[in-house]
Parts: sequence; C-alpha cells; structure tokens
Amino acid sequence: MTLQFNDETFRGDYSYYNTDRAIRRFPFPFDRDDYMYSVNIEPHPGGPEGSVFEHRFDVDEHYVSEMRDRAITLDEDPLRCQSLPHMELAGWDLLEIIMVSKSEDYPDLFALHRDGNRWHWINRPLGIEQRFTFLDPTTLPCGPMEYITRQTQGDFALLDEREGNLWMDAGMVTSQADWSLDFDVGMNFFEWHAPVPKAKRLGVFDRALKFLLAMRQGQEYRRLNWTMTVNPRLDTSPENYHKWGPEKRTVTPENVGRKQHLRVELQTFWRLPRSNAIAFPIRCYLACLEDICTQPKWGRRLHRVLRDIDPALAEYKGFAVNQKVIVDYLAQFDDGAPTSAGIFPDR
Amino acid sequence: MSRQMLLEVAAVERLTPLVTRFRFEHPQKKALPIFSGGAHVVVEMPDGDLLRRNSYSLISDPNDPSGYEIAVRREDVGRGGSRYMHTRVAVGDRMRVSVPANLFALDIRARKHVLIAGGIGITPFLAQLHQIDFLQQPFELRYAARTREEAAGLALLPKSGRIHVHISSEGNRMDLGEILTGQPLGTHVYVCGPTGLIAAVTDAAARHGWPKSVIHSEAFTSPPPGMPFAVMLAKSGRRIEVGAHQSLLEALEAANVELDWSCRGGACGRCETGVISCKGQIEHNDHWLSRDERAGQKKIMPCMSRFTGDELVLDL
Ligand code: FES
Repeated sequence: MTLQFNDETFRGDYSYYNTDRAIRRFPFPFDRDDYMYSVNIEPHPGGPEGSVFEHRFDVDEHYVSEMRDRAITLDEDPLRCQSLPHMELAGWDLLEIIMVSKSEDYPDLFALHRDGNRWHWINRPLGIEQRFTFLDPTTLPCGPMEYITRQTQGDFALLDEREGNLWMDAGMVTSQADWSLDFDVGMNFFEWHAPVPKAKRLGVFDRALKFLLAMRQGQEYRRLNWTMTVNPRLDTSPENYHKWGPEKRTVTPENVGRKQHLRVELQTFWRLPRSNAIAFPIRCYLACLEDICTQPKWGRRLHRVLRDIDPALAEYKGFAVNQKVIVDYLAQFDDGAPTSAGIFPDR
Repeated sequence: MSRQMLLEVAAVERLTPLVTRFRFEHPQKKALPIFSGGAHVVVEMPDGDLLRRNSYSLISDPNDPSGYEIAVRREDVGRGGSRYMHTRVAVGDRMRVSVPANLFALDIRARKHVLIAGGIGITPFLAQLHQIDFLQQPFELRYAARTREEAAGLALLPKSGRIHVHISSEGNRMDLGEILTGQPLGTHVYVCGPTGLIAAVTDAAARHGWPKSVIHSEAFTSPPPGMPFAVMLAKSGRRIEVGAHQSLLEALEAANVELDWSCRGGACGRCETGVISCKGQIEHNDHWLSRDERAGQKKIMPCMSRFTGDELVLDL
C-alpha cells in the first residue's frame, strides 16, 4: 500500500489530524489500568504487521509535514542540531542505518545504491536525490547526522560511551517533550535524567544504564514513554515555553477532547558499529483524546490511568492543571468493564 | 545473551608454537557486521557435554565485512577453551560466533593514542590500528614480550616508525616513565595484557599525574580454574555443583538456570547476581565490582568468580 501524506501543520492553525488508520496503529502506551515507571524495554523491530513497531524506522502519513515543521524549527534555532567533533563517525553510522533500513523497508519510497563508498540516495516523498561519498562530509550539504535526520521523523540523540557512562554528545531535537539539547549536550546519562521524579530512588536508571552499556550491535531495543500536550505541537521545547505554555490554559470541558493530546514517544536504542556509540531515536506520536476514545478499550483505560496517577507524575507529565477536566471528559468512556491485557485495541 | 551467527572456519594459521590465528567467514559469503576497534566476539565450543564460550578480540580490519579474525594463545593450564581451539578446530568447521561487542573502544576525542600491549594483549590493538589509520589520528604503539617467539603479534603488525617492540630477553625492556613523559595534552593511553602490566601502567600514569579518565585497560582473562564448589539457589532451592574447570556461569547454564551475560570475562557487569548468604570467601576474579562491593560479599559475577567455604546462597 502506498502511503498518502497529510498536508498539515503543527503550529499556528494546528491542522494536524490522524486518519482512522493512523488512530488504530497509534502506540497507546498503557498495557494495564495504572501506571508507574519501569524499564519496559523489548526487542525492536517486530510486532504486529502495520503497527508502528513493524519497521526499524516507522514512516507514516505525517512524514512530509513533520519534516517541514523540523525545517521551520531549525531555521529559527540552529542549535537544535548539534554534534561535538568526535561524533561525526557516529553520524555516518546513523546515516547508514537509516538509509539501509528505509530503502529495505519502504522500497517504493526510498532507494539506496551503493558502489563501494559512492552512494546514491533517493527520497521520493521529499523529492531528494543525492550522490555522495560515504565518510566524506564535503560531499553532503551538511553533516551526516543533520543530513539524514532532516529526512527522518523523530528526535535523535547520539550517545558516546566512555568511563562506564553515556554522554549526549550529538543530537537533532525539534519535537521534544520539554527538554533541550542545547542544555543537555555533553551531559552524561545521570545528569540529563536528573529532573525525573521518583525514578532515581527506584534505581531505574542504574539498571537502564547497565542494560544500554551491555547492548550489542544488531540487537535493537525499544520502549514507550508518554506525556500530555495541549494542541498537536511538535516543538514543545523549554526555549519556546512562552509559545506553548500559555496554551495549557485554553482547555475547557467543551474543547478538551480535540485540544488535549496524548503524546507518545517510541524510543529505540541502537549500538552503532563503527563508533560504538548508541543512537537513541525518539519518535513522537500525537493523538487527541477524542481520537483515542474511538477505541473503547483505550478510552476506558486512559480514564483509569489518569484518574489514579501519582500527583507528582501528573505534574511532571505536564497536565496537572487540566487533570480534572481531562478525567471528567474521559469518565464518559469508562463503563466499568474490565480491559484486556496489552496495548493494542480490541478487534 | 547475544545474537549469534553460524560461521565457517576459513583459515587456521599457526603464528608461533603457542598462538594460532583463526578466520571466520559466512558460509554463503554474506557480509558480516562491521565493528569498531577493540571489539570482541564470543565463540561457542561444544566440547562433549560442556558448552564452552570464550571471548576473543577481533584482530581483522573493522571495516572489512568479508570475515572475522582472532588470535588464540594456547593456555595449557587453563580450562580447555584455548586447547579446544588449537586441537579440535579445522578449516571448514562451523562455529557459533556472537555479534561483536566493544568494552575497549578508542576514545576518539583523543589528541593522540598511546597503545601498550603485553604478549597476547596485542590482539585488540590490531583492529584499533586499522581504525586509527582510518581516522588518521596520531598514535604510538608499544608492544612488550619476553622473547621474540612469544611476540606473535609481530607477524600481524604493519611496519611503522610509530610501532616499538620491546623484547626483554634482548634487553630493551619497556620504560613506562619515559613513554608517559612528554606526551601531548589530551593523549589517551590504552593497555591490554597481563594484570601486572595493567597495574604498572595505571600506577605509573597516576604517579605522572594523568587523569584516570584517559587510561583505558582491558584484561581479557578467561575464568580461572580452581577447586570445585557448590552454590544454593534461593528461589528454586536447588544446589548446583561447579567443577574445577567450569565457571559458575557455565555450571548454571548446564543446569538450565537462565542468567544474563555478555562478555563472560568479568568486564561488562551483565551477569551480576545478588548473594543472599555467604559463609566463606568469594574469589572475585572480575573487573566489575568495586573494592567495597567485593568486601561486602553481597554480589558475585558468575562468569568469573569462585567460592571457598561452607555455604553460598545466590538470589536466583
Ligand atoms: S558476563 Fe560480563 S561480567 Fe559476567
């Protein structure tokens, strides 16, 4: 099936929308009726056909518009893309993995021809055709990480491994849930996770770091994370808080179903072969409450999760001010029936 | 656990009476994953009822996907893994080899890399030299061995004015003080070889005021044999006997107890296991636990550690 790309915006008039197909494959993050942190890591890719887990890098109906939005954000603030000099090799690693994966997984959209280090890349949805020499940055219009991540949905952090820790030494971050690459660049794993409440005490990060350090190439992993955003805005950076922060106050019982979005991050982890760095793509999916509640299981469950959540987490996830309005809205979809296990909608 | 490939032994070459080089290729000549200098693979050796798994550094060019090469030194007092490689493995055999992992990567922020190898410790540097050459970074390699016969790496090293060989029987021992003085700021030092050499380099670097973060070492030891011992598993109530030439990890695997692992050499931390009660002494042979953790005897690394005493109960 060839993909149709939506013509939509993630700012201003917010014309973003999900088709029915996109709703059904939305990565709903709750596999039970309550929520607590866990190292919920599983192998990637794989999972049901058609789901966002099927391919190494999911390409969906939002691709073209998301890339347009990224270009706008980068125009306004070039510091959203940074790479310390020693990370260039990791950038080539990332470029290779993405180009190879996409051309194999979506042959009708992307093509890669390789003749030794002479490469020829075709990106049909964005109308890009590029011949370049692999590992020679002068043959690309910008660095390898920037080049490929301007063409790939989701944020990217490249983590250098040294001293038994991981350091965020490069990244492309334009659709983040309230964090900043410019602030975090050069920090280690514990430093950039410092703001997360409770997790430190639970020892979640020690275990996660140990897991990542032992990760080998060819063993990709993933986990889901989530937060809430008012309006379908990709760029919810701290730098732009003045633009999106006040929008939290525009939620009313009448508009909450369309305005309030569940924001889900599909995070994947890749060991890069040449640089031994770890790539951490963070793909963002947005769905408004109204769309989520078209799946009875999700509406029911989301009500229970958000109603009973730890207040510190409601605060951290950014919806404490609207929690009552959200829960009241969701209550109408909760008939008290039990929910089935797992995250996928009932057939 | 790690992903494995079934590879064919494509070449076996005796480098010295003690050291043999093995080359693995994909049976259908498919490309193998490329890797970074310093990476190792775990090779599986089905030896009767025993399944041995040993880690070996890759010595071939990291950018060459046509095959993987390792160099194995025969240890006659060891547990038998290297003896198996030397006596039982021939061209055409198929063996299970893991995907590469790297616990000894170059820090490519370095202004210069100083590589110090002792004996068979030259192996990770052979691949790193390819990577350094590719990155065109400054380096210096120091290779120490007791005799020329022991210096198996000589046959595999390129000719370069930046590679210095120190053969102690010929009277040109390595002088660490001299090597460490006068290096440019931002130099990183890597050492691989016997634990004595690693300690000597670490101490010398500390004495010369080098920060710890620029000294990298890999003591890729296999688990030492010892006296047989037994452990109790708290969750299942089972008792597991560990033979003299078996590691605790191998004994647990033989008993079908699931345990996570990656390096099997006490370096990655993946197999760390809680100790519920210990009446006796754990012989920690790993490089993972801190001094305090060792003294506490609340944790054990089953891939490397042994035990003497009356009772050891594990959180398994
Ligand atoms: S398996 Fe790596 S420390 Fe035991």
